Amino acid sequence: MSAWEEAGRALAAGQTSLVSLWADGSRARLALLSGPDVRILDHAAPGGHFPSISRLHPPALRLERALAESSALVPDGLPDTRPWLLHGAAAASYPFLPVKGAHLHQIPVGPVHAGIIEPGHFRFTCAGETIVRLEERLGYVHRGVEALMEGKRPEEAAKIAARISGDSTVAYAIAFARAVESALGVAPPPRALWLASLMAELERLANHLGDFGAICNDAAFALMLSHCGILRERVLRASFFCFGHRLMMDRILPGGAITDLSADGIAHLRALVAEIGQKFPRLLSLYDRTASLQDRTVGTGILRPDLAQLWAAGGFVGRASGRDFDARRLYPPYDSLAFATAVRSEGDVDARLRIRAVEIMESLGLITQILDRLPSGPIRSALPDGAGEGFALIEGFRGDIFLHVRLEGGRIARCHARDPSWFQWPLLEAAIAGNIVADFPICNKSFNCSYAGHDL
Amino acid sequence: MLRTLLEGLRQPVTEALPTDPEFAELAKKLSRETRRRLGRSLAIRMLDAGSCNGCELEINALANPFYDLERFGLSFVASPRHADVLLVTGPVTRNMREALLRTYEAMPAPKWVVAAGDCASGCGVFAKSPACLGAVSAVIAVDLVIPGCPPTPARLLAGLLALLGTN
Ligand code: SF4
Repeated sequence: MSAWEEAGRALAAGQTSLVSLWADGSRARLALLSGPDVRILDHAAPGGHFPSISRLHPPALRLERALAESSALVPDGLPDTRPWLLHGAAAASYPFLPVKGAHLHQIPVGPVHAGIIEPGHFRFTCAGETIVRLEERLGYVHRGVEALMEGKRPEEAAKIAARISGDSTVAYAIAFARAVESALGVAPPPRALWLASLMAELERLANHLGDFGAICNDAAFALMLSHCGILRERVLRASFFCFGHRLMMDRILPGGAITDLSADGIAHLRALVAEIGQKFPRLLSLYDRTASLQDRTVGTGILRPDLAQLWAAGGFVGRASGRDFDARRLYPPYDSLAFATAVRSEGDVDARLRIRAVEIMESLGLITQILDRLPSGPIRSALPDGAGEGFALIEGFRGDIFLHVRLEGGRIARCHARDPSWFQWPLLEAAIAGNIVADFPICNKSFNCSYAGHDL
Repeated sequence: MLRTLLEGLRQPVTEALPTDPEFAELAKKLSRETRRRLGRSLAIRMLDAGSCNGCELEINALANPFYDLERFGLSFVASPRHADVLLVTGPVTRNMREALLRTYEAMPAPKWVVAAGDCASGCGVFAKSPACLGAVSAVIAVDLVIPGCPPTPARLLAGLLALLGTN
């Protein structure tokens, strides 16, 4: 059995976790996680063919569908050969999977949704009010990100990486910077690493606060949205004050950071931490004391722990269903910072909310530690022109982002980015089955998968 | 809950009308006709035509208590049939072209199109990608452009109010 085939079997047996799968020229490449180590396995595909991994391990399916349509490689035995991200001219005749049974009806939703959210299509098959099956169709915001990065210099390509998913712009910028630095053998200055983590925690805080309010709002509890909205806005304003951009776009580049933190900035952030640290626990206790709200969240949209494990679901989606993984444990400066990772086993909307609540408080603690111990010194190292490849696995608010680059002559020859949503979207299909249609928005928001990050 | 409610009343955070000289000229040109048509309210249908989601975050922020867009008569509506304005973000991906057109066509006339963000206005990082058409104006006529990557909520608000001639 080839090493490739063996890797597929080890994945299916749960001995390793799938990190990503992509094509690079005539090679199929597989990134695997075992323990704390990420390993890249190559398969030189003779004549373009390689044995499909999803044939053995379903979580690879969408990655292989995307690979098959956008490269010359052919995954042999691919269980589903429908297009995925490239809709093409035949978009209207996309064959959804057949659903058989008496008294079923379908509800097509999207790509344009009612609210201010990203586009995607959901095909619900229902028996009365109950969802029997959800099939997602994504790719509407496919911008050709990976192809666009090719041939660009790292600083230019970083601008694109920072716009793969706007809500995770800091996490993507870090992933891209670390991958390029590792490809070129450059070490960013310690202060830059700490500043990057400071920005990453601010980003996590802003997203968790916004979503905490939005999820409660989906249960018609608008008061929480308003209060969380105020706290979120405070985080964005503090980010602007400290780093000059509300979402902190383009502040981290390969080699380090481009904006330093002033003494005023430090004072500003300390005041922010104090305010949220005082106000958020009261909002959480309001959640705890509101039975009508919990009536909507407890027991809704349950993701089974075995599925979370098999799909290697990252972030709060995995952690609310028992998967104890947080990529921050694997890279500096988190190895010298104290933080707890919350894990629950209920897997429902309530569990995902509560994991986020804990993470809000943990991020506040991390920000304080970073401000207390921020090393001094330069914030940027020079980047040589060169060749090589490198990758990074970075914990965004949504989960672990994997980004791999290969450089030739100081330019991007291939860049592959895998958003945590690749493994969370399919799990939403599983979690929603058996729930009523009216609970879809709250379930969906509790997952909050990225369309842009997935569609690329 | 009462305590949380009262706290909101005691410490209001809502801010004054933003002014942005950038839109003043434009307001003069647009406002007479649009104001006659629209009165003092604007129903907005937002459409993401390939955004990175950064623009949506800031558009969503318009509803938070700092900006509170509804006090100006601006509201987001779910159906294009109820909308005066189509607010579009993103570089218009090939995969969203038809949805954009259909949404626009579903709106009753008179209607206005606002392109929000650098991507929608044609100068964003994805403009030259073969997977994108490059700008909203490549598909439908645009009445107002609000630049920025992403535009801040204050700027979005100033731009939208320019349509009503409020500032
Ligand atoms: S303008 Fe900037 S924030 Fe808006 S969609 Fe484009 S890249 Fe994202």
